[in-house]
Amino acid sequence: MIRFDHATKSYPGGTVAVDDLQLEAPTGQITVLVGPSGCGKTTSLRMINRMIEPTSGKVWLDDTDTASMPAHELRRQIGYVIQHAGLFPHRTIVDNVATVPFLLGTDKKQARARSMELLERVGLDPAFAKRYPAQLSGGQQQRVGVARALAADPPVMLMDEPFSAVDPVVRDQLQDEFLRLQSDLGKTIVFVTHDIDEAIKLGDQVAVLRVGGTLAQLATPRELLSRPVDAFVAGFVGRDRGYRALGFTQSGSLRTHEEPTVTLGDPLPSGSDRDWVLVVDAAGAPQGWLHLGDQPRGAVVEDRMLYRGGTLATQGGTLRAALDACLSSPSGRGVVVDEAGRLIGTVTAREVLDLIESQGTPS
Amino acid sequence: MAPGGALVIGDVVGWLTDPAHWQSTPFDTGILGQLGAHVWFCLIALVIALVISLPLGLWIGHTGKATWLVTVANAVRALPTVGVLVLLVVIIAPNFYGRTNAGYLIPTEIVLVLLAVPPILSNAYAGVQNVSPAVRDAAFGMGMTGPQVLLRVELPNALPLIFSGFRSATLQVIATATIASYVTLGGLGRFIYDGLAQQDYPQMISGGLLVAALALAADLLLALAQRYTVSRGITGRAGRQAGSDSRVAVLNEELASETA
Ligand SMILES: Nc1ncnc2c1ncn2[C@@H]1O[C@H](COP(=O)(O)OP(=O)(O)OP(=O)(O)O)[C@@H](O)[C@H]1O
Ligand SMILES: [Mg+2]
Repeated sequence: MIRFDHATKSYPGGTVAVDDLQLEAPTGQITVLVGPSGCGKTTSLRMINRMIEPTSGKVWLDDTDTASMPAHELRRQIGYVIQHAGLFPHRTIVDNVATVPFLLGTDKKQARARSMELLERVGLDPAFAKRYPAQLSGGQQQRVGVARALAADPPVMLMDEPFSAVDPVVRDQLQDEFLRLQSDLGKTIVFVTHDIDEAIKLGDQVAVLRVGGTLAQLATPRELLSRPVDAFVAGFVGRDRGYRALGFTQSGSLRTHEEPTVTLGDPLPSGSDRDWVLVVDAAGAPQGWLHLGDQPRGAVVEDRMLYRGGTLATQGGTLRAALDACLSSPSGRGVVVDEAGRLIGTVTAREVLDLIESQGTPS
Repeated sequence: MAPGGALVIGDVVGWLTDPAHWQSTPFDTGILGQLGAHVWFCLIALVIALVISLPLGLWIGHTGKATWLVTVANAVRALPTVGVLVLLVVIIAPNFYGRTNAGYLIPTEIVLVLLAVPPILSNAYAGVQNVSPAVRDAAFGMGMTGPQVLLRVELPNALPLIFSGFRSATLQVIATATIASYVTLGGLGRFIYDGLAQQDYPQMISGGLLVAALALAADLLLALAQRYTVSRGITGRAGRQAGSDSRVAVLNEELASETA
């Protein structure tokens, strides 16, 4: 548990970066600090490992006042993922990861072996181990930064915009990997981002800060979307809040209809009364929709005929995914698959909406 | 001047290839002996300069304190070498009588050390200063203590600049050590001053060539040492981001310190 106890940081000249912050980051959970540029996110984060000392107030780590021990000892217990990675250019990747174990006096061979494991863990090819940071892409460097912070297996991790330097697709992958890792490791994490979508995706709780360094709202992502405390938070959380909130509701009780299908490579079905027919592969995984009216009679179903615009909803997934599957499907029927990606059936937007209405507004 | 360039070159080659010039006799020290003396003068000066200015430069760079020392050191470069040498000999030599040559050796070494300190000091300082703040920040953030940050992160990253400072110090010291002969000591300068005095131009030119050859050899040796001590992660040899050429760096640094 990390607790800010009236922590304030002001600079000479009158800038108040963080103003009387009171916040608790519970053990084993992800607390996200989010807010516009200059609102004091980095400052708050760095007060935890005393890279910045509070002007007044305290920061507690469990029952210890962080100011009561030497800063370097405190920092060795806290994994720190630095904005833009901050790797050591003169050290190989594997030695970068082993930085803290080396400081703690761990046997070099052992520390390197563990670093190799961690590199795999964050999804990096072990072939990168002997390279230097300058030879890696920004996204790869950020993964190394995460591995380095994990190396000494610290119970607490501070992460400052660790996924900022990558494109949206890779960021999404990194976030998923990160959540998978966290479900294994259960660390106490404070995560800084200026991206509200990232905050909502990753946070067990989200702290929205406003410029001037004050806490505007501390809430679960779901609460934040449904009940922003004021206009600032509402504006910051952004548009489509209602739709995005559906991402927190399970579609468990959704009933699907059986959907006639045709398999790739088979001849077109004749005498179907529908315009659109769903195409699956040999394993039963949906591939796309086929518009019957456009095809010559007796043709064989080929890949290039397919309309692939529709998204897939997973059974037991969220209402948002279910509704999106319906809205994106050219036939108006949303495709639902099981965990392995095999077709279960289809639903209509009407049915999903009915389900949403029957559950009432989220609270 | 001797008549005709070709003749001079021939004479110089003749002088250098004469085995008699390489061996010492009871009356005359040969090339090998003077080379040894020259190297010895240079080594003493470089070691003393390194011991003084490397730790000092690193410390100034790390703490940001006493940066005026770098400015002062750079100002020292403007002193006229021979003038200082003569002055020091006048002051120091009378304290030593006969037998030992310390009265001349000490002033010579002081002059050489004064010459070597500025490039080593200011490059060590600049090398540490130039370490990216993000890297230094990361080092502290990982839980390194101040000395650990200096030795494990700042020093290795400053090495290319440190080497170029030391290399330019070495070149200057080797070239300037000829003045030892100006105050009766040995060294390769002997051939230059004797040649000049006796109007024996082949000998004089040979002396100059030997100094240049020694400087080149020393620089080559240091380049080799640099290659094996500087991390491939920062030389650019490992990567696609080519590191800046160390000579350019020292030039830039000198320009910067002059304008500062
Ligand atoms: N050394 C300093 N001196 C004066 N003011 C500072 C200093 N460091 C930070 N600040 C100010 O403190 C405020 C908070 O800075 P901080 O770095 O915490 O912002 P942030 O929320 O992390 O912003 P960003 O999203 O842009 O990284 C800013 O207004 C900044 O200008
Ligand atoms: Mg920041």
